[in-house]
Amino acid sequence: MREQTTTLEQSIRAAREKKDILLMTHIVLGYPSFDDCARMVEDMVNAGVDLMELQIPFSEPMADGPVILRANAEALKAGATVEQSFEMAEKLTREFDIPFLFMTYYNILFCQGVDTFVDRCKSIGIQGCIIPDLPPIEGQEYLDAMNRNNLAPVHIFTPNTPEPRMRFLSDSSGGFIYTVARKGVTGKDTAFSDDLENYLVKCKSHTDLPLAVGFGVKSAEDINFLRGKVDIAVVGSETIRVMEQDGVDAVKPFIETLVA
Amino acid sequence: MKNSGYYSQFGGAFIPEILVQTFDELESAYLAARDDDSFWAEYLELMSTYSCRATPISRLDNLTKELGGATIYVKREDLNHTGAHKANNVMGQGLLTKRMGKKRVIAETGAGQHGVATATMAAKFGFDCTIYMGALDVERQRPNVFWMEQMGAEVVAVKEGSQTLKDAINEAFRDWVTNMDDTHYVLGTACGPHPFPEMVSWFQSIIGTEARAQMLETTGKLPSRVYACVGGGSNAMGIFSGFLDDKEVELVGVEAGGRGRGSGQHAARLAYDDATIGVAQGYKTFFLQNTDGQMQETHSVSAGLDYVGVSPILSHFHETGQVRFEAATDDAVVAAMQRTVRREGLIPALETSHAFAQAYLEAPNMSPDENILVNMSGRADKDIFTVADAVHDPKWKEFIISKADAYRQEMNNA
Repeated sequence: MREQTTTLEQSIRAAREKKDILLMTHIVLGYPSFDDCARMVEDMVNAGVDLMELQIPFSEPMADGPVILRANAEALKAGATVEQSFEMAEKLTREFDIPFLFMTYYNILFCQGVDTFVDRCKSIGIQGCIIPDLPPIEGQEYLDAMNRNNLAPVHIFTPNTPEPRMRFLSDSSGGFIYTVARKGVTGKDTAFSDDLENYLVKCKSHTDLPLAVGFGVKSAEDINFLRGKVDIAVVGSETIRVMEQDGVDAVKPFIETLVA
Repeated sequence: MKNSGYYSQFGGAFIPEILVQTFDELESAYLAARDDDSFWAEYLELMSTYSCRATPISRLDNLTKELGGATIYVKREDLNHTGAHKANNVMGQGLLTKRMGKKRVIAETGAGQHGVATATMAAKFGFDCTIYMGALDVERQRPNVFWMEQMGAEVVAVKEGSQTLKDAINEAFRDWVTNMDDTHYVLGTACGPHPFPEMVSWFQSIIGTEARAQMLETTGKLPSRVYACVGGGSNAMGIFSGFLDDKEVELVGVEAGGRGRGSGQHAARLAYDDATIGVAQGYKTFFLQNTDGQMQETHSVSAGLDYVGVSPILSHFHETGQVRFEAATDDAVVAAMQRTVRREGLIPALETSHAFAQAYLEAPNMSPDENILVNMSGRADKDIFTVADAVHDPKWKEFIISKADAYRQEMNNA
C-alpha cells in the first residue's frame, strides 16, 4: 500500500475540479520523427489535452496493436534511441505544463538499470510510468524505485481481472488506474455499451484512484459516453492513425473535435 | 498468480494483465495433469499409437569407423509423425487443451515444423487452428504452409518486424489476448512465460527417459556425451532431462553459429559473447539485443534455430556449467548433413545437423571405449526446397524451372 499521494494523482484531481472528463493522448517517441513529435505535443496541449503518454519504442511491443506496433518499428528503423527519448521528454516536460508519463516495455528499464531509469524519470519531470509487461509480482524493484521517487506506477484493470486482484493492483498503483475497455490489443473497435458501464462500476468499487479508460476510444461520442463514469479518456492509436492519414497538421483539429 | 517459474535468475512470467488469469488457469491445468498418473499414461498411449514411440536409437557404424574415436549413437526423433520432436510437445498440449475444454488452438512457427505438428494435432482432436508465421518464412516454406492448409489450419502471414519467428510469437500473443476464453496457445519451444518452459520440457522429457534406458540396454553403460541442437531449446531439454542426475554424462548444446563468431550474423546466444540478459516475449533470458534492449536480427541457415532468445532453463544450465554450449557455422552444418546422408542414409534436418557437426568434430578425440549420443531432432526430406538451396543442387533448379514453366503454360491456357 502506498503511503503518499503522488503528484500525478494531485494534478488529476485538481484538473477534474475544472473539467468533468480529462483527455490523455499517446505518441510514440521518434515517430514519424522527434521534430514531428514535438509539434504534435504542442498542438495537442494547445487543443486541450490534459495529460500525455510518451511511448519509448521497443522492438517487441507485445501488448500493442497494428498501428502502434508499426509506429514502434518505424521509430526504431529511423534510429530512435532511449537516450533521445529521455532528451525529448525532458524538453517536453519543461515546455508544457501538463503531466507526462512514460509508456514502454520492461526490457527498456531492465537494460538501463531499473533504478537508473526511474531516477532519471524523476529528474526530467516524468510523473508516472505504464509498463504493460511488468505485473507487480515481477516488478518489486520497479515499485520500490517509483515509490522512493514519489512517481506513479500505473497498472491496468481488464475485463478478465478478478475483483480481489483489482484491489491488489490498486494497492500497487499510483496516479490512476488504466482500465482497458475490452480484451485484445490497442487500436481496435470497442462497443460502448451497458456491459462496459457495469464493468466500469466494478472497477471503481475496487480502487480509490482516478480511473482512465482506453482501447478503442476515438470520437467525441465515445468520450461523451464516458463522461461522469470515469476521470480520464485515453485516445491512443486513433491520433496516430489520423496523423498517418492526413498529416501532422490534422492532429490539432482532430483533438479539438474530441474536447468540443 | 505466484512468483514462480524461475531457474536462478532466468524465466518468470512478464505478461500483460489481460493474460494473468489465463496463465493462472493454464498453470493449474498443467500441475493437475502432472499430479495425475492417468494423464501421462494417456499421453504415452497416444504417442505409441499415433507417433511411433518409443523411437529407436541407431548406431552410426560407417561414420564411427571413418572418424575413429567414440562410437556414435543417434536418437531417432525424426521418426515421429510429422518428422520431428515437435510432435511430443504438441500432442501433450493437445491433451491439455481437451482437459481445459478449449475448442481452438493457435501457434507460432518459424520453419513450419511446429505449425504442421499443431495443425496435425488440431485435425486429430477436432480443434479450430490458426498458425502465425512470418511473411518471409511463408515465402520460404511453401510446402509446410501447403500441409497446414490441407489440414484445415488458417495460416496468417505476419508482416510486422523482421517477419520471422519472434514476430510470429508476438502476433500469436496478440490473438490470445483477444480470444483466451476458447483458445489455447500451443507455444512450440521451452521459452516464453512460465509455465511454458517447464511444461514443454516435461512433454519433451519422453525423449531423454527413453534414450537413457535404450543406451543402458544396448551398450550396458551411459554415453560420455549427449549432443542436441539449440534454437529455443525444446529438443535439447527433452534429451538432456534424461541425464541431469548422471554426473558422468557431459551435455553439449549446439547453437547456430551462422557466419561465425564476430560476424554479427548468427543465433548463438550462449556459445558466443554477443548476447546479454534481458526480458522479452514474456520471459527473462539471454537475448541477442543492443544496449538499449532492442532485439537484433539473427541469422542461420536453419530457420528453426534462427531466434533471438533461448530457454531460461538452458541459460540457467549455462551459468551453472551443467551444459556446455558450442556453435556450428552454416558451412559446417551443411557439410555434416551431406556427410550423414551420404555415409549413413539418415537425413537430419539442417537444425539437427548442428548437433551432428559438433559430434563429428569431437568424436575422433575420444576413446573407442566411449559412446556418444546425438539427438536427431528432425528429418530434412520435408524441407527439400531449403536443403536443395543449401547444397546448391543444379538439377533441382532445372526441375523447378521446368515445373514452373509447365504451371505457367497451364495458367495461360486456362
